[in-house]
This record gives sequence, C-alpha cells and structure tokens, in this order.
Amino acid sequence: MDMIANWLGNTPDFAVPFALAALGLILTERAGVLALGAEGLMLVGALAGIGAQLAYGTPGVSLLLAMAAASVVSLLFALMVIVLRINQVIAGLALVFFCQGLTGLLGTLLEWTNKPVRGLGAIELWPLSELPLIGKVFVQNPLVFLTPLIFLAVVWLLTRTTTGLRLRAVGENPQAADAAGISVLGYRLVAILAGSALIGLAGGYISVLSTKLWIADMTGGRGWIAVALVIFARWSPWKALAGALLFGCIEALIPQLAAAGIRLPQYFVLMTPYAVTLAVMIWVASGKQVSGSQPGALGVPFIREERR
Amino acid sequence: MSTLNAIQLTGVSKSFDGFMALAQADFTAKWGEVHALLGENGAGKSSLMNIAAGLYAPESGSLFIDDNPVRLSGPRDASRYRIGMVHQHFKLVKPFSVAENILLGLPEQPGNAVRGSHRQRLRALEARIGEKAAELGFAIDPCQATESLSVAEQQRVEILKVLLAGARILILDEPTAVLTDQEAERLLETVRSFARQGAAVILVTHKMSDVKRFADRVTVMRGGRTIQTLDPQSVSIAELVRLTVGESATTHAHQPGTPGEERLRVRGLRSPEVGGHRVLNGIDLSLRAGEIYGIAGVGGNGQSELANALMGLPEPTEGDIELIGFGDLRRASSEQRRALRIACIPADRYGTALAGELSVAENFGVGQIHGGRYGSFFRLRRKRLEEDAAAAIAGFDVQGVRSLKQKAALLSGGNAQKLVIAREFSREPQLVLVHSPSRGLDVRATAAVHGRLRTARDAGAAVLVISEDLDEVLALADRIGVMNAGRIVAEFPHPADRQAIGKAMVTHE
Repeated sequence: MDMIANWLGNTPDFAVPFALAALGLILTERAGVLALGAEGLMLVGALAGIGAQLAYGTPGVSLLLAMAAASVVSLLFALMVIVLRINQVIAGLALVFFCQGLTGLLGTLLEWTNKPVRGLGAIELWPLSELPLIGKVFVQNPLVFLTPLIFLAVVWLLTRTTTGLRLRAVGENPQAADAAGISVLGYRLVAILAGSALIGLAGGYISVLSTKLWIADMTGGRGWIAVALVIFARWSPWKALAGALLFGCIEALIPQLAAAGIRLPQYFVLMTPYAVTLAVMIWVASGKQVSGSQPGALGVPFIREERR
Repeated sequence: MSTLNAIQLTGVSKSFDGFMALAQADFTAKWGEVHALLGENGAGKSSLMNIAAGLYAPESGSLFIDDNPVRLSGPRDASRYRIGMVHQHFKLVKPFSVAENILLGLPEQPGNAVRGSHRQRLRALEARIGEKAAELGFAIDPCQATESLSVAEQQRVEILKVLLAGARILILDEPTAVLTDQEAERLLETVRSFARQGAAVILVTHKMSDVKRFADRVTVMRGGRTIQTLDPQSVSIAELVRLTVGESATTHAHQPGTPGEERLRVRGLRSPEVGGHRVLNGIDLSLRAGEIYGIAGVGGNGQSELANALMGLPEPTEGDIELIGFGDLRRASSEQRRALRIACIPADRYGTALAGELSVAENFGVGQIHGGRYGSFFRLRRKRLEEDAAAAIAGFDVQGVRSLKQKAALLSGGNAQKLVIAREFSREPQLVLVHSPSRGLDVRATAAVHGRLRTARDAGAAVLVISEDLDEVLALADRIGVMNAGRIVAEFPHPADRQAIGKAMVTHE
C-alpha cells in the first residue's frame, strides 16, 4: 500500500519534464518546424538553471534563465532551418550533439557538476492531500501545479486566438498563410523560440527542482521520449499530457521496485522507458489514421518564389 | 466608367532559375472594367499577376496603383493597397473552417477588425460571410471545413476571402478552369457586376469565349511579353487565337474510330457506404479496343473515385473491374500494369503523375526502370535514358526544357502534361486511362494532347477519358457515358446531342 502511494506521489515529478518538453515541441511543430533538438535544449535549460541557482539561489529566476538560455541556443537552430533552409532533421540532430558537448564542457569548466542546490519546497493542496492512497499526488513543488495551467494557456493560444490560428495555418499550408499576408518565417521563428523556452523549462525542472544537481547528460534521453510522445499524441497537447503521465508512471516505478527489494538487472530497468516508447510507437502506427493530425507542412522549408 | 488607372505595371521582367518568365511586360487595368489577360500556358500571365499581388518581386519594372508608384513587400502590402488575388491553385488551409480561412486573410485595420475575443470575431465574421455570400448568390456554410467542399465551393471561399479583406482590385487566375459551364457563367456574371460597381477585375484566362463575352478589354501575352491590348468586341475569336498562339492553330473535328473487341469491363462498381451515401453507386461500363469512351458529368459525381480505382490508386471499391484476358485490374501490381501496357494520365500532374523534385529525364525513365532497358539493379544507363528522354521530348513537343536534368516541377502545366504523355505512350499502350487531360491547358497544348489520344486509339488502344469539360468529351469520344451521383445514368453514341447530355448531367432522380 505504501509503495503504491509513494509511486503515485512520485509520478507527477517524473511526468512534468516530459509534459513541458512535449508541449514545447507541439508549439514548434504546429508551425511546421520539425524539432528534434529537444534533448539538447533540455540539457541547456538544465545547465543554465543550475548555474543560476548556484549564483542566486532563487528557483523562480533560475527557471526563467533556463527558458531564456534554451531560447537563445534555439536561435542557432532557427538560423539553420528558417534562414538557411537546412534539412530540419539534420539540423535537429546537430543541435542535440552540439548541446551535449557544450553543456558537458561548460559544466566541467565552471565546476557546476555534482554540486547540490536547494530546490523549492512542496506545497500541499489541502484537503486533497489528506486523501488515502492518492494524497501524496497533491504534495508537490509549485511548478507541478503550474504545469496544467501552462497547458491550458498554450491550448487557449492555439485554438482560441487569432495568433494560434495563424500559427497553425503556417504549419498546415504556408503558401496559403503567405498569400493571406502572414509572415511565415516570423511565426516560425517565434514558435521555435517559445517552444524552446518550454523545453528549456523542462530541463531546468529536472536539474533545479527534481534532482537538484547537475551531471553531464543528465536528461538521459527524456528529450527523445518527448519527441516520440508528440507523435503518439498526434500533436494534441492534452493527449501529450496524458502520455507524459504514463511515462512518468513508468519512470516513477523504477525506484519503487528497487526500494521494495525486487531485484531486476540495472540495465533492464534503465531500458524500460525506451522499450515502452518503441512499443507505443508501434501500437500507434499499427492503428488506423496514421497520418491523423500531423501538421501538413511539418519539416518542409518555406520558399516563396518557387514554382509549385 | 472612370478612366483612372487602377493598377499599372510597366517594363516588368522576371526570371526563374535562368528562365525568362517575363520580359518587359506592360499591363494597365482601369477602375470599373473587367480586363482579361489572355495567353497560352507559360505565357507569363500568372507570373505577372503574382507580381501585381506582391507574391513575387520583379527584377525590373515598376508598379503603379491609382497612378502612384508603389513597391509591394509582400501579399500583406498588396492587401493594404486593396489588391486581392484568387490563385489557380487555391491557397486554403484544408482542415480549417471557411470562416477561419477568411479570418486569416483579414488585415488588421481599425475599420476592418471586429472587436472582442477570437470566438466573437469568428462569430461576427460568420455572419458577415453569410451576408456577403447571399449578396453574391453563393451558398456557403461558414462553419464547414474547407477540405469537405467541392472545387467550385472552394473557389467561392477564395473570392469571399479577398472581397471581405476589402479588395477593390480583384485578380482571378484561371477561375473557370475547374468549373462547369453553368458555374463559370454565374461566376463571371458576379465579377462583372462587381466591376460595374467601380472595382477593377483582372481575369487571367486562356478561354476565348470568356474573353468575348465578359471582358471589357483584353491584353494578350505571349512568351513573357504583352503583345497587344484591345477591345474584345472589335476582334474575332480567330484573330485572338492568332495573337495568343502566334500562328493559326486549327481545332480538329471529331474523327470516329473503329472499335474492336471488349478490353475492359466494369460491373456494379461501388464505394463503401458512408452516412447512407455511396460516392460510386454501381458503375457499369464496357470499353472496346480502338475506341475512345468519354465520361462526362458535373464535377464531384464520383469521377475522381472512379479514376483512382481504375488507375490503381488507393480507393476502396466493391464490384468488378475486369481487364479481359487478365482478371481483376485492382489486383495488378504496378509492374504488371506496366507489362500489360496500361497508360495512366491522372488529373493531378504534379502530385500523382510526376515526381517534381526528380529531373525531367528521370521522370521519363521511371516507368521502364524495371524493364531493364536503363540498366540492371547495380547500374543505371544514364546516357541511354537521356537519349530516349530527349527523343521523346522532341517527339511530344515538350517545351521549356532547358536541360534534361532540370526538375520536372519547373515545367508549366501543359508541358508537364506532355511529359506525362510522352512517358506513358512510350510503349504503345493497350489501355489508356485519362482524367481531365487538358485542364488548365491552352488551345495548342490541348490539341496536341487530343491528337495523341486519337493516335493511340487508331493504333488499337482502348481509351477511357474522364473529363468535366463537355467540349473535350464531345471532341474526343466515340461513345459518351454521363456520370451522375456515382452512376453512368445515360450513354450516347457519336454523334451525341449536346442538350441531351447536358440534361442527363444535371437531372436528379
């Protein structure tokens, strides 16, 4: 019983990075830019967050700086895919490797590695926190409670505002958007910057609020899982949130199993989330409506003056 | 009628990838007139109008609006000068509703913006769309998704889009190419009354009859140059044809074929039922060697679905499609279809028939790549491929090919179609399946395409032509089937009565 309560209680903490990263990816990809760089941008956010936390010790400021840092680095990606129209898959992969190297180097040079920081205290949502079994779900750091609100805001932006309509038009049919007088490249740039900020926040969450220290490559493939999650969720934010909870569940189970004394090979346990990712992808692909709601122009660079 | 110039383009030049699309073109449209821009495919009409709409930047030349020099930085700028263009290939976001598509194009001007939240703006806009649509006599549901609309309806959405954005200079690029006679007539009546209210309408077209009947003035373009501007009432159609083509092109009268034995038999072809409705609802037809069978009908009565099913594109159907001597045509693999010498000319040249990013030569050779003529698994005989492609391009008069390595997407509509035909006809086809072969093509290209189809028939091929252009069906077919609500409702041998066919096309049981 206790184990299940702990497991459920830990789930949100593991789910939030997936959720925020997936949301950032959705925001970018709805504008037609294929963003594979999430893993790298999460590392940038994580490192920037720890650096700010070591320097100022204010988690709010650290998280904002994590977002800003990821946005600034994503300008490089924007330059590659929007201005130079480099293949977005290649540019995304290059960004990941660049960020892995950069954050590893800076973390060592600045001696930020393995230095614990003070995170944020937990907030209790009374009286929900008194519930049996699921009470611990409602004792979390503030960003966990903020995450659904961020989702609500992004969904509102995408579906209930003219700005969102334009952003989706740019992702579905940039030629039509262009003819309607919408700046395709401008919207794509803003979508990359805003989406990257959310991905940076996901990274900052891991380092500043969750593990509370920096280790090189600490995101451990979560950015890639977020990429898969977006496909699994058919670019719908709410489905992505549900998917994030599912993966959070699986990740939260691992330490619980260890604590309960169930002996599993270490590498098998570490492999589990990726095995589940593969299984989910296969399951989604074998279902109907594979190309459901993928943005029509995802990954296609926009050039105005080309015939057809 | 005011004599003030609405829009004037002088000395405009533009090239694409080294190809001179426009050379020192001049064009002037006045307020209150319908001004036709007439020319063959690739004459530069669309390029010139794309410059007027701010979509392309000219390399040289100037643009005047109300006699004031203007530089357009993009479509938004054009919309600020109240220029609106309805493109030949519609610029609609498919999953969006009609109102959402129109909202996208609305400029953010104080006079134009509806106050309130996005939802309120959308509701208010839906009401305005309803009013404007009623005024123009369009039946449009603003909440419907545009992907579920017919081509004619999508065009109406495009027109509503530019008018609601406040356009006073309306540019229509080949508006009647996708419409039936009646739809085209109504559209042109509508735009003429719009011009009579003081606006300027530019009608890009290659249809002489539209020009004669609806234009106040006409400017003829040829080879990227503007040749002459004249009053369409003062010239004959023959003279207009001479100006656009540059030499006289004659239209062929129908020559009957000599039908042989049956080659393709379709029985009870149906689509799956969706919402109590079947797109294809029991097609029966029989096609013989040495004849052209034409399928006429108003667009959206199942022609596309029938074409897909016959051409081996994904289309769920039940019933029989029997190729005599082979069996169910749907079971034939692409390779078998090649071996059976079945030629397909789909309606969507750039999407289905050609791979735009591949070169002209590769597009030509791709059909025979399995045959071994162009090398084995390990080797590509590029030289032989290019020689064959060059010969076919010369033989089929494909123009605008500067290099065999050039992307097929850079060909204009007519030349792309000729390339498709050159490829498909390179192996003496036994069965030819054609959908809207001359859509968007000019007189000369159409005559060339029709000539090729007749040649194939005379060589013994069975030819099936599905077309929404009744003139085309009448000119080609030895027998005509009329498609209505997913069935062949009537069949007419040649010579057919145009009135009777027209009646069968629109009658509902």
